[in-house]
Amino acid sequence: MIELRGVTKAFGTNAVLRGIDLRVDTHEVVALIGPSGSGKSTILKCINGLERVDGGQVVVDGIDLSQPGADLDRARRRVGIVFQSFNLFPHLCVLDNVTLAPRRVLGRGRAEAEKAASELLDRFGLSDKADDYPDRLSGGQQQRVAIVRALAMAPAVMLFDEVTSALDPELVGDVLEVIRELAVAGMTMLLATHEMGFAREIANRVCFLDGGLVVEEGPPEQMFTAPAQPRTQAFLQRVLAARRL
Amino acid sequence: MIAEVAVLALGLLVAVVRNLPGPALFPFRALATIYTDVFRGVPTLLLIFLFGFGIPALGLNRPWNKAIIWATVAIILNYGAYVAEVFRSGIRSVHPSQMAAARSLGLSQWQSFRFVIIPQAVRRVIPPLLNDFVALQKDTALVAAVGPIEALREAQTATAKHFNFTPYVVAAVLFLALTIPLARLTDWLTARQEAARQ
Ligand SMILES: Nc1ncnc2c1ncn2[C@@H]1O[C@H](COP(=O)(O)OP(=O)(O)OP(=O)(O)O)[C@@H](O)[C@H]1O
Ligand SMILES: [Mg+2]
Repeated sequence: MIELRGVTKAFGTNAVLRGIDLRVDTHEVVALIGPSGSGKSTILKCINGLERVDGGQVVVDGIDLSQPGADLDRARRRVGIVFQSFNLFPHLCVLDNVTLAPRRVLGRGRAEAEKAASELLDRFGLSDKADDYPDRLSGGQQQRVAIVRALAMAPAVMLFDEVTSALDPELVGDVLEVIRELAVAGMTMLLATHEMGFAREIANRVCFLDGGLVVEEGPPEQMFTAPAQPRTQAFLQRVLAARRL
Repeated sequence: MIAEVAVLALGLLVAVVRNLPGPALFPFRALATIYTDVFRGVPTLLLIFLFGFGIPALGLNRPWNKAIIWATVAIILNYGAYVAEVFRSGIRSVHPSQMAAARSLGLSQWQSFRFVIIPQAVRRVIPPLLNDFVALQKDTALVAAVGPIEALREAQTATAKHFNFTPYVVAAVLFLALTIPLARLTDWLTARQEAARQ
């Protein structure tokens, strides 16, 4: 579904990605972990063409995004992304946030798009918020709307970029519950996360990223209990120590 | 009224053009920049005289030789440039993450402007726009003044038919020599501020 081969990317002199190889197969849930600044967000942005790569290949659902003439808009329709900061459209009510892309990009009629949106909002416990504007919602509700908005395009894969980092602790659970439900439904997902417990629970595979490379990857049990690489061990120890404080 | 609608449409168009990305569109951006610089830089009255008396003197057919028409055009172009700058600052005030969110849903560049960026920008610039329109109402009085002056000139000798562009053009160029560097400096300062904010 997603394949990165030897992807490199630099911002000026800052070489952020130095040859990333990464695969996400259909129905797979892959967690990206790694220290701040290791390039997790950058990888996700390269996968939906928000950032162009300098070298290597990014293939999404058969479309090679690294080709100069690649149809980025078509690829983006297949990939849903949810950001840490929600990024809902503040001038539109919840329902219009969700129906904008299906109507304008997929050419759905208003009635059809609103029916599909209502069903999705219902499924994630947001049906009573359809007419509210984003600033009336809690962070957790906003983030769930952002997930619904991405799902409304019926993407083949969902990318999540630390979607709970900006939330108050008591709101995190609701959002994780939504992702859990998507995993059960067989959605292909790639998530950058600091929530190690959640990564361990939900992911089929965990990739540890550091210094612009995938240092180690494997099933969650092995990654969290017996990582092979010293750098992975050090990182997990730091995370655990921070948790204890 | 018609002038106000024209001013809004023109201002929005120019502002959007100035915000389009990509090297392929550079000529359009440059054109839009030149337009705003020129028509903001020359005083309204001077533009009205240049257009109102200058263009009819080129020997156009009726009704296009009427001073009042060209004076109105002058004021539309003048205020269009002001309003374009107001819209442009409104567009810039919308956070880039909104564009990223729109594009990531599959909306094209143009659709993202149309449905996400511009509606938010317009809401933010309504107060300064109202301000500009108050000024526009006042300046339409200048257009009205063109009529009597034209009548006066026609009553004078035949030489009045030959409009002498030179003093007006020289004055306009002098004003531009002052205002264009100022406009560029403002852009540069804004860009620096934005870079520092990131
Ligand atoms: N648009 C940009 N311009 C310049 N540098 C950037 C840009 N985006 C990211 N970077 C740099 O790239 C590096 C990786 O950033 P990225 O956001 O991908 O890290 P991350 O792993 O997501 O970190 P975090 O866990 O803090 O979210 C950082 O050093 C960052 O400063
Ligand atoms: Mg990040």
